[in-house]
Amino acid sequence: MTAPSPLWSTLTDPLVRQNPIMLQILGICSALAVTTSLATALTMAASLTAVLVLSAGIISLIRRHIPDSIRLIVQIVIVASLVIVIDQLLQAYLFEISRKLSVFVSLITTNCLVLGRTESYARLNPPLPSMLDALGNGLGYSLVLAVLGGLRELFGAGKLLGWQVLPLADQGGWFTPLNLMLLAPSAFFLLGGLVWALRTIRPEQAEPAEFTPPALGEGAE
Amino acid sequence: MADLSPIAAWRRLLAMPNESRTKTIVMAFLVSAVCAVLVSAATVILRPIQTANRAAEEQARIEALVAGIPGMSELLNSAGGSLSTVVIDLARGAAAGDVTPDTLGAALADPGNWTALDPAADIAELGQRPDYAQIFLLRDESDRISLVLLPVGGAGFNGRIDAIVALRGDMNTIAGMAVTRQSETPGLGARIEEPAWQAHFAGKQFADESGTVRFAVARGPASSSHEVDGITGATRTGNAITRIMRFWLGPDGYGPLIAAIRRGEF
Repeated sequence: MTAPSPLWSTLTDPLVRQNPIMLQILGICSALAVTTSLATALTMAASLTAVLVLSAGIISLIRRHIPDSIRLIVQIVIVASLVIVIDQLLQAYLFEISRKLSVFVSLITTNCLVLGRTESYARLNPPLPSMLDALGNGLGYSLVLAVLGGLRELFGAGKLLGWQVLPLADQGGWFTPLNLMLLAPSAFFLLGGLVWALRTIRPEQAEPAEFTPPALGEGAE
Repeated sequence: MADLSPIAAWRRLLAMPNESRTKTIVMAFLVSAVCAVLVSAATVILRPIQTANRAAEEQARIEALVAGIPGMSELLNSAGGSLSTVVIDLARGAAAGDVTPDTLGAALADPGNWTALDPAADIAELGQRPDYAQIFLLRDESDRISLVLLPVGGAGFNGRIDAIVALRGDMNTIAGMAVTRQSETPGLGARIEEPAWQAHFAGKQFADESGTVRFAVARGPASSSHEVDGITGATRTGNAITRIMRFWLGPDGYGPLIAAIRRGEF
């Protein structure tokens, strides 16, 4: 058995082992906000992946010539421009979905995942590994969004991608939708559950406790 | 010995240490220039498609607005199932003879067909107002006007707000309202898009007995028949809606048209 090539592990590591949302807890605000249905979650995931890959490629191409003193501004400008272009494309060709995503596409600019990858990886590595790393991280983000969006749409409305999967009780079926699933807190619960499950399967992901609480009984004077 | 050819200058730039001041400024300029071109190109190339999308959506909202007014669908069916579209001359309050819905776009491209507004009267912060507007009318069997749809617009808190106001045949009762464009704060001002809030408009009287426009978005719950409930945390968006409604229903907006319809001259 041969060891996997470094490029392959650059691409696949962020899917589960180093998943940006579940291990690094990056970019969760959008993950919570846009996952009420699978279609918006997938559009958001695709937009973020596109921005991530393109910005990683561009920044990696000019990485030797970015002056250190303005490197964050240069990265943000590139990311923000790509986000605007993607937003305009969505408004032109996916109008309905872009209305549902509203401000969250523009907020990709401030998604810590994007700047995190360009700052920590693309700035220091050649274009091909950078883009693969970005693609892997984008897919890792997409995986979590798709799972959350799928679960929330399935249990919140009994649908998947707009198709009625579970027959609703008020239309003669047996399924009573869980309205909680369509509210923001349910995304927290589901994400927490996912992180818990993943860290149970892979205990090495659990973080060490940051401090040990003092022993009881010696406190108040 | 300076070599002035651009390729050599480019090489010299790339060879400079990253920390040099010249390279920092040149890199900052180049990155912003490339990004500016990218963003402008995307906006300009895609604008026609986006405009078509918005127009289709506005049409859908007009239909939804009419369908949402109680009793309107039956009236529509008895009236032949459709609204008639009329271009009116705002100052005269009468149909504009020479401008039709098809030529309205061309007429409004001519700056001569716009009226600059006096800052004191310009409460919706429009700056200038077109002389012509496209409205939608519905007449009942006896040819009296039973519903008028008036497009309104003006400055909101974050950007322009456009809406359509439906008035009943008495020209004082609001039959409904639909927001067609807004960019207010999501979760606060943007809630003006919610049908539950827009439903408050139905049945309100926008003017008192003397004909003065009294409509307002209240701060908190509405306290009179001229007011609708305010949205918590969206006072400035609510004020913008108040100003837009007062401007367009007042003498500089559709006032002459409303008076003409009340007199039965339309």
